[in-house]
Amino acid sequence: MMPLDLSIPAQLTTAYLPDLVVMGGGMLLLLWAVWRPESEAHSRSVAWIAMGVCLAGIAAVLWSWNRGLTAGNGAIAVDAFRWVTDLVILLGMLMTLAISVDFNQRMRLLAPEMHVLVVLAGSGMMLLTAARDLMVLFLGVELMSVSVYVLAGIDRRSSRGAESSLKYFLLGAFSSAFLLYGIALVYGATGSTNLVTIGEAMSTPAVSGSPMMMVGLALLLVGFAFKVAAAPFHMWTPDVYDGAPAPYSGLMACAVKTASFAALVRVCLEAVGTGSERWHLALWWLAAATMVVGNLFAIQQRNVKRMLSYSSIGHAGFLLVAVTAQTTEGAAAIAFYLVAYTLATLGAFAVVVAMNGGSDGVTHVDEYAGLWTVRPGLAMAMAVYMLALLGFPLVGGMGFFAKWYVLQAALHASAPQTRLAIILVLTTVVSAGFYLYLVMVMFMRPRPEGLAPPPPATGLTRLVIATSVVLILAFGLYPSPAVKVAQRSAAASFAPAAPRPTASAVAP
Amino acid sequence: MMDAAHPLAGTAAELVWLVPLLPFLGFVVNGLLSLSSAYLPGPLDPSSDPTAGHSGHTGEFASVQMTHHGHRHRWEPLVTILGPAVVIASFLVSAAIAWAMLRTGADTPFVQTYGTWMPAGNLKVEWAFQVDRLSMVMVLIITGIGSLIHLFSVGYMREDPGYPRFFAYLNLFVVFMLALVLGANYPVIFVGWEGVGLCSYLLIGFWFSDQANADAGKKAFIVNRVGDFGFLIAMFLMWSNVGALDFAGVAAKASQLPAGGAMITAICLFLFLGCAGKSAQMPLYIWLPDAMAGPTPVSALIHAATMVTAGVYLIARSSFLFALAPAASLTVVIVGGITAFFAATIGLKQWDIKKVLAYSTVSQLGYMFVGVGAGAFTAGVFHLVTHAFFKALLFLGAGSVIHAMHEAYHEGHAHHDDAQDMRNMGGLRKAMPFTWAFMWIATLAIAGIPPFSGFFSKDEILGTLFARAHDSPLASATWLGIPGSTILTAIYGLGLVTALLTAIYMTRMMIYTFHGENRSDAKATPHLREAPWIMTGPLAVLAVLSLSGGWLNIPALVAERFPVGTAELLHHWLEPVVGQATAALGGEGHLPASTEEALILVAVGVAIAGIAGAVLFLKPARLTRAAAAPPERGVAWVLANKYFVDEFLNKGLIQPVVRVSRAVLWRGIDVGLIDGLMVNGSATFARGVAWVGSRVQSGLVGNYAWAIVLGVLVLVGMMTIR
Repeated sequence: MMPLDLSIPAQLTTAYLPDLVVMGGGMLLLLWAVWRPESEAHSRSVAWIAMGVCLAGIAAVLWSWNRGLTAGNGAIAVDAFRWVTDLVILLGMLMTLAISVDFNQRMRLLAPEMHVLVVLAGSGMMLLTAARDLMVLFLGVELMSVSVYVLAGIDRRSSRGAESSLKYFLLGAFSSAFLLYGIALVYGATGSTNLVTIGEAMSTPAVSGSPMMMVGLALLLVGFAFKVAAAPFHMWTPDVYDGAPAPYSGLMACAVKTASFAALVRVCLEAVGTGSERWHLALWWLAAATMVVGNLFAIQQRNVKRMLSYSSIGHAGFLLVAVTAQTTEGAAAIAFYLVAYTLATLGAFAVVVAMNGGSDGVTHVDEYAGLWTVRPGLAMAMAVYMLALLGFPLVGGMGFFAKWYVLQAALHASAPQTRLAIILVLTTVVSAGFYLYLVMVMFMRPRPEGLAPPPPATGLTRLVIATSVVLILAFGLYPSPAVKVAQRSAAASFAPAAPRPTASAVAP
Repeated sequence: MMDAAHPLAGTAAELVWLVPLLPFLGFVVNGLLSLSSAYLPGPLDPSSDPTAGHSGHTGEFASVQMTHHGHRHRWEPLVTILGPAVVIASFLVSAAIAWAMLRTGADTPFVQTYGTWMPAGNLKVEWAFQVDRLSMVMVLIITGIGSLIHLFSVGYMREDPGYPRFFAYLNLFVVFMLALVLGANYPVIFVGWEGVGLCSYLLIGFWFSDQANADAGKKAFIVNRVGDFGFLIAMFLMWSNVGALDFAGVAAKASQLPAGGAMITAICLFLFLGCAGKSAQMPLYIWLPDAMAGPTPVSALIHAATMVTAGVYLIARSSFLFALAPAASLTVVIVGGITAFFAATIGLKQWDIKKVLAYSTVSQLGYMFVGVGAGAFTAGVFHLVTHAFFKALLFLGAGSVIHAMHEAYHEGHAHHDDAQDMRNMGGLRKAMPFTWAFMWIATLAIAGIPPFSGFFSKDEILGTLFARAHDSPLASATWLGIPGSTILTAIYGLGLVTALLTAIYMTRMMIYTFHGENRSDAKATPHLREAPWIMTGPLAVLAVLSLSGGWLNIPALVAERFPVGTAELLHHWLEPVVGQATAALGGEGHLPASTEEALILVAVGVAIAGIAGAVLFLKPARLTRAAAAPPERGVAWVLANKYFVDEFLNKGLIQPVVRVSRAVLWRGIDVGLIDGLMVNGSATFARGVAWVGSRVQSGLVGNYAWAIVLGVLVLVGMMTIR
C-alpha cells in the first residue's frame, strides 16, 4: 500500500501515470502520423505504434496496481477497480487496432489519424474510469465521445458512415447537455462535484430529498444511459454501429461501454449510495426496459452488425441488473462480465471484418450461410462468440459464468432483485432466437451457389480471433482466477454499502 | 491440502500430475497429426471399397486392410514412437512414485490439490489427486499394461489409415482412466468415469463407417448412461446427507448416518448401479460383448484390463460406505455371482473368439464383485490385478490370431471368411507356437490351476466367501428376509460351478483355435504365420506376469508349507485402505487350516475336471467351417443366442419406448404442444414485437431525440413525483 497525496503535483502525476502514458503516447503518435504522406505502409506503422502505446498503458496500469497505490478523497480515484476496467479498455483498444489494420487495407482507408483517434478515445475512457469528480468525468466523456464521433465517420467515401457519425454527434451532444445540466444541479444541491463529498451530503435527508438533487441525478442518469445505450436512449445505437466501420463499431460496443459502466458504478456506489429509493427504482426500470428492448428487437434483424448492436443493448441491460444491485459484488460481476463481453463482441466484430471483402455494404446474414463448409475456423469462432454472448455453459466459455455472477449479485443484494433476475433469464432465452439463428445459418444452411468464400483472414485478425476464442473457452473452464481478481478489486475499491433502510418496499 | 509432514512430501509422489499429463500430451500431438488426414474417406467406407461386395467376411479388419494395405499414414513413424512412449514414460514416473511409497512406507493418502473446480456456496470441489496404496496399484496396472498394449497396437494397427487417431484416442483413454483412479473426490472420479466412457465409445466405433460398429459404440454409451445416472444420484445423496464429496470427508462423516440404514444403503446401491453399468454386470452387461466391434487392443486395454474394472475399484475405494451397508454388500455379491454364472454359460457356445473372451470378462468381473461385495476387498482387487494380466494376454493373443488369419486370407488371395470365427481356425499351434504357448498359460491361469496367478486370486475369493458364510457380520445380516449366510453359501456353490464352466469354455476355445487340423481355406493355410516381435514381445511379458502374478498375495497356508516367499503381500499393502471395512463386514474369524486345504483341493479339482472334460469331449475334427455349419439346436441354440436377452430387451423395452416416444412425446407433446403452441407461438409473438420495434426505428434523428426527451421526462418524473 502506498497512499498518494493528490495535492502534491509529483504524486498526482504518479496517480495519473497510466492515463498520461496513453494520452502522451497518443499526442506523439499524432505528430508522427502527420509527418509522412498517407500510405498503406505508414498507416500500418502508426497502427503498430498505437498498439505499442496500448501495451505501454497496460504495463503502466500493472505497475501502478502492483505498487498498491491508493489516494485519499481527490479528483481521481486510485484503486483496483480503476485498474481492472482500464485493462479491459486497453484490451478492447488492442483488439480494435489489430482488426482495423486488415479492415482499412481492404477498404482502402489510408488515413493514419484513425489509429491516433483510437488512442485518444482510449485516454478519455481511462479518465472516465478514474474520475472521482463530476468535472473530470465530463472531461472524460467528451474526450472519448468526440474521438469516437470522428471514428464513426472516418470513411469519407461512405454515405452510411457520414450518416452514422452525424447521428451519433447530434444525439451525443443532446445527451451531453443533459449530463452537464445534471452535474450543475447536483453541484447546486450539494455544493461539490466530488463524488465522496456528494455521497456524504446524500446521507442528510435535506439533500437526498431535495427536488434539485433528484432532478440532477435523473439527468446524470440520462447521460449515462445514453452512453451505455440503455432503452429508451438506445435508438441511435443500431444506426451508428451499422454505418460505422466494423472495428470502430466494436470499439463503441465494448470499450465505450466499459468506461461508461465503470463511471456509472463509481457514481452509484460512491456518490448516490444506497440511500435513495428513487434512484434504485429508476435503475430498475432502466435495466428491465433495456433487457426487453435489446433482446426482443434483435430477433427481427438479418443484418449482422445491427444484430450485434441490439445484442450490445441487451447486454447493457444485463449489466444494469448488476448496477441495480448496488453492491460491491455487483461491481465485481460487472468487471468480470465486461471482460467476457469485450472478448466475445470484439471477436464477433473481428469475424465481421474477416468476412468483409472490401465493400461498404450491409453485412447480411445470408453471407454467413454454409460458412462452416468454406471457412470452418471462422464459423467455429463465431459460434463460440454467439454462445458466449448467449451465456451457454462450457462451449460458451466464460459467457455463462459472466451471466451467472450477475444473477448471483442480483439475488444477493440487500433487497434481492428476484424479478430482475427472472427478466434476465427470460430475455436470455429470447436472445437464443438470434444468437443461435446465426449459428444455425453458418452450420446448417448450404452455401449458396456462386457466393464467393470470404477472403482468408490475415495475421492480426486471425490472432485476435484465435486469442479471444481461447481466452473465452479457457476462462469458461477455469473461471476462478479472473473471478477472484474481479472480486478482490471491487472489494478493495468500494466500502461495503450499508443496507438500504426500507429495502423490501422498493422493488416494483 | 498439502500435508507438509506427510512422508511422501518431497518425494516422487509430488510428480503425480505428470502421470496423466504425459499421455495427454500424446493425445494432443497424435490428435493434431490425425487431423492431417481427417478428410480421407472413412476406412470402412463401403463406397470406397470395390471388394466390399463379397459375402461372409465380417469382423474387424474386414475391408480395412484390404483396400489400404501398404498405405501407411504419412506420420506413421512419429506416431509409432510417440504413442507408446508417453505411456511408458508415465509408467516410469508411476514406478518412481511406487518406489517412494515402498521406501517411506507411507500408509496414509497423499492428496495433492491443484485448484478449486467448483466453489459454489458451501460445496467446494477441488481438482485433487490422491496417491495412496490402492490408487497406486491401479496406476501401475493402467500405465504398465497400457504400455504393453500400446506397443502391441503398433504392430496391429500400423496399416490402418486412422493410425494417429487410434493412438490419440488410446492416449486420451489412459488420461481419463488415470484421472478416475487418482481422483481424490467423487466428482473428479466422475470426470474420469465419463471420459473413459467417451473414449470407449470412440474406440468401439473406431471403424465408424460400418453401421454395426457405430451402433455398438452407441449401445455402450447409452447403457452406460443408466449406470452413470446411478453414480450421479449417489453423489447427490452423499452431498445432501453426508455433506462431503472427497473421500476423507465422506469417510469421516458417513458414520454419522445410521449404519445399515436406508440412506447409506441407497447411496451404496446407486453407486453399485454405476459400477454395474461400467463393469458390465447384470442387467447392464449387454454392451460389453457388442463392444468387441472395436480393434482388439482396445478390447484388451479398455474392455478387459482397465475400464471395466473401474466399478470394482470404485467399490473398493468406497469400502467405508459399503461397510456400513451390509444389505448393499449382499446385493453386490448376489449380482456378481449370478452374472459370473450366467455369462459363463453363454461363453460355452460362442464361436467368435473375441465373444468368448468378452463373456469370460463379464464372468470374471462377476467374481471380482463377489469378492468386494463379501468384504474381501483385497481379494477383489487381487483378482482385478491378475485378471488384467491374463485377460490382456488372452485378448492380445486373440488379436494376434485374428491378425494372422486376416493376413493369410489376404496373402493367399483366398475367399475371405470370418477371421474371428473359431470354426474357421484350428491347428494354429504349428503356425503360431509362441502365441499358442502364451495363451495356454493365460488359459491355465483363468481356469485356476496352480501355480498360475488366477488360481491364487480366484481361490482367495471363493475361500473368503466360504469363511464369511459361517461366522461374520455379513452372514448375520439379511437381504429381503433371506439370511446372509444362506446367500453367501449359495453364491459360493455358484462360484464353484462357474469355475468349472470357465475351465470348459476356455479349453474349448484353445482346442478349437490351436489344435486339430486347420480349417481355413486351403489357399490361406500356408500363409499363416506368427505375428511380428512388436506383438509377441508384449505377449511374452504378460505371460510371465500371468504365470507369476500369484506371488503378489500367496495365502498364508501355502507360504507356511512351501518356501515360496512372503505371504499376503497385497493384503498387507492394502490393509491401511480397506482393512477397517474388511473387518467390519468380515469379522475376525479364520477358517481352520484343514477346511482351507479342502477348499483349495475342491477348487483345483473342479478346474482340472473342467479342462479334462473339455479335452475328452470336444473334438475339433467334428467342426465344419462357419459358412457350412448346421444351425444350433436346443440348449446350444439358446446359449449361442445369449438367452435372447438382446431380442427380449428390444421387443419388451426398446420398441415400446420408441413407439410411445414417437406417438406421444414426439408427435403429441413435442410437435403439437411445445413446437406448435409454445415455441412457434412465443416466436410469433416476439417477432411481432420486433416488427413494431423496427417500425419505431425510423432512422430519423428527430424521432430519436424525441424518444430521448420522453425518456428524460419519465426518469425525472420517477425521481421527483411522489
